[in-house]
Amino acid sequence: MRNMLHEWMTRLRFLFRGKRPDGLEEEMREHIERLTEMYLERGMEPREARRRAMIDFGGVKNTLEQCEDLRPGQSWDKLQQDLRYTFRVLRRERGFTFVAVLILALGIGANVAVFSVVNAILLRPLPFHHAEELIWITGNFGKGSMAETNFRVEAWDAYRRHNKSLQNVSGYIPYLSLGETKLMQSGADPIPVAGVWVLQDFFSMLGVEPAMGRQFTESDAVKGAAPVVMLSDAFWRNQFHSDPRIIGKTIRLDKDTRTVVGVLPAHFDFGAVFVPGATLDYFVPVIPEDVKDWGHVLGQVGRRTPGVSVEQAEAEAKTLLPNLRDTLKLGGVTDYEPAIVGLKEHVSGTLRRPLELLWAAVGLILLIVCVNLSSLLLARASSRRKEFAMRVALGAGRGRLVRQLVTESLVLSGAGAAVGLALAYAVTMFMAHNNVGDLPLMSTVHVNGAVLAWTVVLALSVGLVLGLLPGLKIKDEDLQETLKSQGQGRSAGHVHGKLRTILVVAEVALACVLITSAGLLLRSFLQVLQVDLGFEPQRVSSIRMDYRPDFDNNNPSEQRTSKFQETVRQMQAIPGVQSVAVTDNLPFEHGRSWDLSAKGKAHKAGDDLDVMISVVTPGYLQTMGMRLRSGRDFTWDDQARGEHVIIINQAAAHREWPGQDPIGKLAQGIGDGDTRVVGVIDDVHETSAEEPASPSVFVPVSQDEPTKAEVVMRSTLPAQVLAPSALQRLRAMNPEQATVPLKPVQGLIDRATGPRKFFAVLVGIFAALGLILASLGIYGVISYAVTQETQEIGIRMTLGATPERVRTEVIVRTLKIATVGIAIGTAASLVVAQAIRSLLFGTSAGDPVPFVAMVLLLLGVALLAGYLPARRASRIDPMAAMRSN
Amino acid sequence: MPPSTDLLQGTLDVLILRTLAQGARHGWGIATRIHQLSQNVLQVGQGSLYPALQRLEYKGWITSSWGTSENNRRARFYALTAAGRKQLKTELQQWDRLSAAIGLVLSPKAEG
Repeated sequence: MRNMLHEWMTRLRFLFRGKRPDGLEEEMREHIERLTEMYLERGMEPREARRRAMIDFGGVKNTLEQCEDLRPGQSWDKLQQDLRYTFRVLRRERGFTFVAVLILALGIGANVAVFSVVNAILLRPLPFHHAEELIWITGNFGKGSMAETNFRVEAWDAYRRHNKSLQNVSGYIPYLSLGETKLMQSGADPIPVAGVWVLQDFFSMLGVEPAMGRQFTESDAVKGAAPVVMLSDAFWRNQFHSDPRIIGKTIRLDKDTRTVVGVLPAHFDFGAVFVPGATLDYFVPVIPEDVKDWGHVLGQVGRRTPGVSVEQAEAEAKTLLPNLRDTLKLGGVTDYEPAIVGLKEHVSGTLRRPLELLWAAVGLILLIVCVNLSSLLLARASSRRKEFAMRVALGAGRGRLVRQLVTESLVLSGAGAAVGLALAYAVTMFMAHNNVGDLPLMSTVHVNGAVLAWTVVLALSVGLVLGLLPGLKIKDEDLQETLKSQGQGRSAGHVHGKLRTILVVAEVALACVLITSAGLLLRSFLQVLQVDLGFEPQRVSSIRMDYRPDFDNNNPSEQRTSKFQETVRQMQAIPGVQSVAVTDNLPFEHGRSWDLSAKGKAHKAGDDLDVMISVVTPGYLQTMGMRLRSGRDFTWDDQARGEHVIIINQAAAHREWPGQDPIGKLAQGIGDGDTRVVGVIDDVHETSAEEPASPSVFVPVSQDEPTKAEVVMRSTLPAQVLAPSALQRLRAMNPEQATVPLKPVQGLIDRATGPRKFFAVLVGIFAALGLILASLGIYGVISYAVTQETQEIGIRMTLGATPERVRTEVIVRTLKIATVGIAIGTAASLVVAQAIRSLLFGTSAGDPVPFVAMVLLLLGVALLAGYLPARRASRIDPMAAMRSN
Repeated sequence: MPPSTDLLQGTLDVLILRTLAQGARHGWGIATRIHQLSQNVLQVGQGSLYPALQRLEYKGWITSSWGTSENNRRARFYALTAAGRKQLKTELQQWDRLSAAIGLVLSPKAEG
């Protein structure tokens, strides 16, 4: 080992000294001199002695070269030579270099960008201390709405204390509307802010230490504790101008005054992990005592004890939680049947398949790029055969030529990778900043060490593949023959042509797979958009009106009702507004759920009684465009003291009153007493367009407390006109009204379909790229063939072939290549379509539309790619063609 | 001229080191010394001597410097370094072991 080190040190010394050993030749001449003297002494003739000495020694030049090869650094010199030569060649063929680097940059850039996303979302652990130990604990087998999968605080408390497989269980309240409030500032309009309620040890369990100040403590979470708050880094920077003395100061959130105890570090992004697409400004500790009666509100995150697997933790929870439910008499049937997954799986598990697909798609692109460039390089290699033959004749070894080719392709792929990396950097910056697709962890996407390493791997492998392929071809050919022959080397040209044709067929087939996959995903996305949501989100917008149950509900319900009635009346008076209503739950938001059962109906244990609840004013159905099937809407005459009434959707009607008309029937579970069903509406998708509508119930605002107040307006006015007048009217009624944005309801749906759109669009872009590259490939091969055969075509035209005939033949040849590629590609696409079946919606894997579209598209592009060279062929002047060469 | 015996590369290296153990020599000197010591059996191919010297120098086992030869001509002298001396020692030990072992196998006693 030491010896080796010593040897390398010496070699390095020689390398850096950089000089060739001097006087080697002199030394050898001297040696020959001595040999000659020796032979002279033996009595030989001087000339004979010298001749013998020379023979004994062997070739001086040869020995010198041997010595040269031994010199450390000589390979570096050769590389420099190769590089200099490469740059000269690439500069000479600027057009080729530009196209090659551009294609490579697109291929490698797309791969690097996708890898950055895959790395951030799938490969990298969550940005927490020992993140692999963190788990996500849900009830109701992990399925259903939040109300079903969340836990009551008593359940959390007991589970935390009794389990043996977890170090700790903490969590937060995932109902974000709880934290949607306003920051009051002196001398300025209140601004809307978003916050989360977390259990006091949530951050310390994740291993997130505040950048300033302290963590929440147990004493912050006891009933009546002084209200405290922690700020996110961005909020502290933007809203408090990075005030270094913020700790201990108070801020006013709506009507609460809270003391700032900590500022979270910049790298901690709660939204990125737990609420994709959301930005959270502040965090307050949950006081368990205060939320005891709120029902299932806690999302639980646990940390496993080292050595305990997720399965073991789940097995324990499966017996422990139902037991706790029974001991604590918590009620609820399946709500304590837990499912536990790793937190990482919870955050990005559903994205695994789509991201893998994306990764595969972008890999295909790179493959197409390689095939395309190989074909270009092959064409180039055949036109460079003379050059190589010359170099061989001058004494270059074949290995040296291959080395030269590999150097060239490595330089190309290196340049492509550099440009691609810059592209990827820009793209990932854009995606991270704009939270494209509302994907979790998207804001953490950036070009890091792993991404750089991946880029280098890509560049090297692409460079080697591209260089070795034409390099190996060179070896096959008899270069001496090439040098002697005058012509184009027809036979070799044909060999190249054949190989290139195969490459183009492969390219077309790969493009087929991409286009079909993109087609299927795009169609699925369109199908999702086509889903009848049960309401018409177009032209409906909502604005959050200041309203807090804990303050405003101290008023009798009459006062509350008249306040909302006045709001509706005021807003309706805005010219251009057709209809207005107030709700506490918009579709596609995280709703809350209560129980609903038909009065007198016997329920088995395990029956699902959950219904989504919206507390609304009269006119809500009409404003949202929900369709009343039978019965009536609420009116302002549905008073608190009158009969309590509800409107249900068809899903609820089918569940509770199967085969009957529910109008006029009595129901239980909503409020304290009986409620009468006065209306039934068509099903409304409350959580997702892709899942069947869940049973929903609407309750008039006069008869139950709303949790918040969203004013929904249907209007043809553009948002920039409607927003200020709506805000102005809200403020006229309540001077403290926060400056809130007007949000189109369509935005909620767009956010829900965001990931699907993200993947469909990206795969679509890659398919387009694949199509362009494939058409370039076809064009290249056909065009090259026409150039090669100029003379032949000229002869045939002299012998009477018409331009039309020549043209048709070229086009037919093009279509043949395309057809073979499409045939192979269709078969491969069928396989791929099966593999991505789980990502489709409302579209079968064998849906003919994308396949037919793909075939037509590729044939069309092939026709175009073939037409241009075909036209050129038909315009060949026979006389000129025959004379040339 | 006696027939030249083809020398394995490794063997040539150790022969050179051994020759230089007695003092610095130039290339011609090394070749003739090996020739003499082997009682004219070993003839170092000149074509392999100089690459071998380069190799040994790159390995750091010998160093070279220009000097004046016994007949007043400019010549490059090669000398052992400390590392070369150590290397020679290990190589000699190995050679002893190897030749002893081969000797055992080839000795007439082994046939009985």
